[in-house]
Amino acid sequence: MEAFTTLRAVAVPYYHADVDTDELIPHRFLRKPLSAGYGNFLFYDKRRGPDDKEDPAFVLNHAQYRRAQVLVSGRNFGCGSTREGAVYALRDYGIRAVIAPSFADTFSGNCVQNGVLPVVLPERSVEDLCAQLEAAPGAEVTIDLANQSVTVPDGTFCRFEIERSRKTQLLEGLDEIAITLKHRAAIARFEAQYRARLPWLSCSSSE
Amino acid sequence: MASAKTMLQKVLDLHTVTQRAEDELLLYVDYNVVHEGPFYAFDGLAREGRKVMRPSQTVGFADHYVPTVGRKLGTAGIADPEVRSMVERLQQNAERTGILHFGMADPQQGIMHVVVPELGMAHPGMVIVGSDSHTCTNGAFGALGFGVGASQIKHVLATQTIWFRKPPTLRITVSGDLGRGVSAKDLALAIISRIGVAGGSGYAIEYAGDAVRSLAMESRMTLCNMTIEMGARAGMIAPDEKTRDYLQDRPYAPSGEAWGQALSFWQSLRSDDEARFDAQVDVDGSELQPMVTWGTCQDEASAVSASIPDPRAITDPARRARAEHALAYMGLRPGTPIRDIRIDRVFIGSCTNARLEDLRDAAAVARGKMARIPAIVVPGSMSVKRAAEAEGLHEVFLGAGFEWRDPGCSMCTGSNGDLVPAGERCASTSNRNMEGRQGKGSRTHLVSPAMAAAAAITGRLADVRDFIGS
Repeated sequence: MEAFTTLRAVAVPYYHADVDTDELIPHRFLRKPLSAGYGNFLFYDKRRGPDDKEDPAFVLNHAQYRRAQVLVSGRNFGCGSTREGAVYALRDYGIRAVIAPSFADTFSGNCVQNGVLPVVLPERSVEDLCAQLEAAPGAEVTIDLANQSVTVPDGTFCRFEIERSRKTQLLEGLDEIAITLKHRAAIARFEAQYRARLPWLSCSSSE
Repeated sequence: MASAKTMLQKVLDLHTVTQRAEDELLLYVDYNVVHEGPFYAFDGLAREGRKVMRPSQTVGFADHYVPTVGRKLGTAGIADPEVRSMVERLQQNAERTGILHFGMADPQQGIMHVVVPELGMAHPGMVIVGSDSHTCTNGAFGALGFGVGASQIKHVLATQTIWFRKPPTLRITVSGDLGRGVSAKDLALAIISRIGVAGGSGYAIEYAGDAVRSLAMESRMTLCNMTIEMGARAGMIAPDEKTRDYLQDRPYAPSGEAWGQALSFWQSLRSDDEARFDAQVDVDGSELQPMVTWGTCQDEASAVSASIPDPRAITDPARRARAEHALAYMGLRPGTPIRDIRIDRVFIGSCTNARLEDLRDAAAVARGKMARIPAIVVPGSMSVKRAAEAEGLHEVFLGAGFEWRDPGCSMCTGSNGDLVPAGERCASTSNRNMEGRQGKGSRTHLVSPAMAAAAAITGRLADVRDFIGS
């Protein structure tokens, strides 16, 4: 997984509450191989009109945002289905961080697994950031994960919180399975004791 | 009492292998349930040269991509090569890794959240993860069930564990009796409309109270299934005699000496009387009515007797903007009585509402009537289908002009091609009403199975209480 340390990039404002994963990638694209380029499917039904042509009014289609690597959105971002394709679409499009007042649990977990940083800022800060981005399309923000900070276009410095384990995983680009397998012996010990104690609980009719 | 514990805490204590922060636990997973979707997980595992640690604790179901008609030719009969390959890939991955698999031709085939309980796989006290957000359905048994993405499915395949941040707890206590025509689906929609689509965000919910205790297991599954639609991590109901009666003699339930051991263990799981919850919501079940969603978010729901609300009356600006946008998408005007809304088609099915009890509710309304609009009934599993046919429910539906199909997720997400055409309005017993959920441009109204049947026979969002006896 690609590590996330610092990023200075164009941020695209999409200030809507409860953006769900069906909106991020409609279900019909989830049967495509990753090699199809999931970035093409990001916000597909919003980006394209009924004739399948790009809708010039949709924010991601504005010339200033073609190179955006940060998405700024409303509360409860990524709600709904657990589909990791939503994060594959963002990541393949080039988005490395999403800033929002809150995230759906599964979605933010999926982000971290794919080197995408979910940044939680207060609602007021996000609203203010979106206003700045709309006033100056193509403006950049700077994110420093080690310092847990975002610097917005007017120079305001915002700190954000993130769980230590997620921060480490992103900063170092760690493979979570490798981390967990360091506990291999503990898992084996646990399993033996668990099965002895509750023999009916795990795989009762198959082993 | 400092030692008093919630049911969630007891389940976490039982499964914690180790922890890396005070609230971040490595949990042992009893069952890992997958559909065709997370092929990325199997591909990734193979690429990394890793093995499935406990193949017998992962179960695969062909549900999202299977056709609901014309199955005689098997997967070869699926016209779209991409759809066909999804069903076939799961089968190939299952054969290669040795996981349990219920493929398209299996006599137990069905929707994962219908079949796992049906086989008696979900027991009180278990940790069950799945590649689908509605894995929370298993909470109806007092199990901790939750959905994860493909990377975490891969993690469970490789380690039989998952890192889990201990969530705060929310108890939702429902008192009183649900009124005539008011089902678990209506209860779930009423709770969501009250606390919001993110109202449960971050929490693990425990549903309690007389009205919850009175629900049959199928209804408890419906309620727990909708937990994710309030943004919660999980939703659980303490096991009781109904749980016991449901599980007894099912293929994967404990048997013989283990049955007695299991029963006394299940007794011990309920939250202690003095256990503290981080938040509490009280609902008076006797005040509820049949519910209908009118927007594109699950909390945009009202009682069927109400009218479409005016977004200008919503004080929260984000929710107001969302409602305005939703009404434009849905083609609805404030003030329109919900019962005057015309419907183009009806879908009865999904992991929320495709169990035998749901089909009985719908059939009770459809019996002897005739559908005015296209209506399909998609049972949740082959086993539900057989049981319904044994009772003659299929004849009731067919006689009323409904289609009677084979099991799968079908028109809930339309990934198998069962879609609602753009601009059409569908009364659906599924769980999500977002823009385009049932097909690009589709307009979804979430309702209970009985309400869906009433919509089919009237061609509008009718009040089911006008069609059933007291």
